Amino acid sequence: MSTLHTVNKSPFSTQSLQSCLNHCKDGDAVLMIEDGVYGALTNSNMSKQVQTKAGNVTIYVLSPDADARGLIGDKLLGEVIAVDYAGFVKLVTKHDRTQNWL
Amino acid sequence: MSETKKFLYVNRKAPYGTIYALEALEVVLIGAAFEQDVSLAFLDDGVFQLTKGQNTNGIGIKNFSPTFRALGDFEVTKLFVEKESLEERGLTADDLQEIMYEDEDDDWEEKPSIKLVSRAEMADVMADQDVVLSF
Repeated sequence: MSTLHTVNKSPFSTQSLQSCLNHCKDGDAVLMIEDGVYGALTNSNMSKQVQTKAGNVTIYVLSPDADARGLIGDKLLGEVIAVDYAGFVKLVTKHDRTQNWL
Repeated sequence: MSETKKFLYVNRKAPYGTIYALEALEVVLIGAAFEQDVSLAFLDDGVFQLTKGQNTNGIGIKNFSPTFRALGDFEVTKLFVEKESLEERGLTADDLQEIMYEDEDDDWEEKPSIKLVSRAEMADVMADQDVVLSF
């Protein structure tokens, strides 16, 4: 049994990503969407925490939202996997439930 | 004849996730017609508005980041960006677009509109205004 968590707020303006990472279980997936994609930035105040969690939880970023915000290449953490809209749907079907961290 | 006032538009939101950033830019462009002394402040997530390489093809929203480069033509030439906000987000000045204006008081020399300031300097910029509009 596993959960897909989505985060759609910037980690620098709300505690959503922080709280998500503090509550998700090993084997879960976290998908960063909309302004949530800033959580995948390299060299930020959040980077270390996301990288550490990436060992137990698979972390994804929605690529159209990352592209829109200029988060490409070395701006994105290597631990984070990019998915498109079809990949988003697959993640929803793969996990038992989806929890949105608004 | 009204006197010139100092206007500051404060940008603290990332682009696209909410409508604030685009609305702020529209208000700045409209306000430019009134020939006031205009400055823009970018701090907290507002610094994300000025980053290079934005491509919104995949999300069906207009990429308004190139519009910042037109501000110079409207005599909006002071874009204050807070250094600490950049650093907290893993960004440097190199991650921002180059935004230039032609200085009419200096033989139309091209100069950068973006001025990097510390948090303390940003506080001084804010305290120096007649009108502050927040987005």
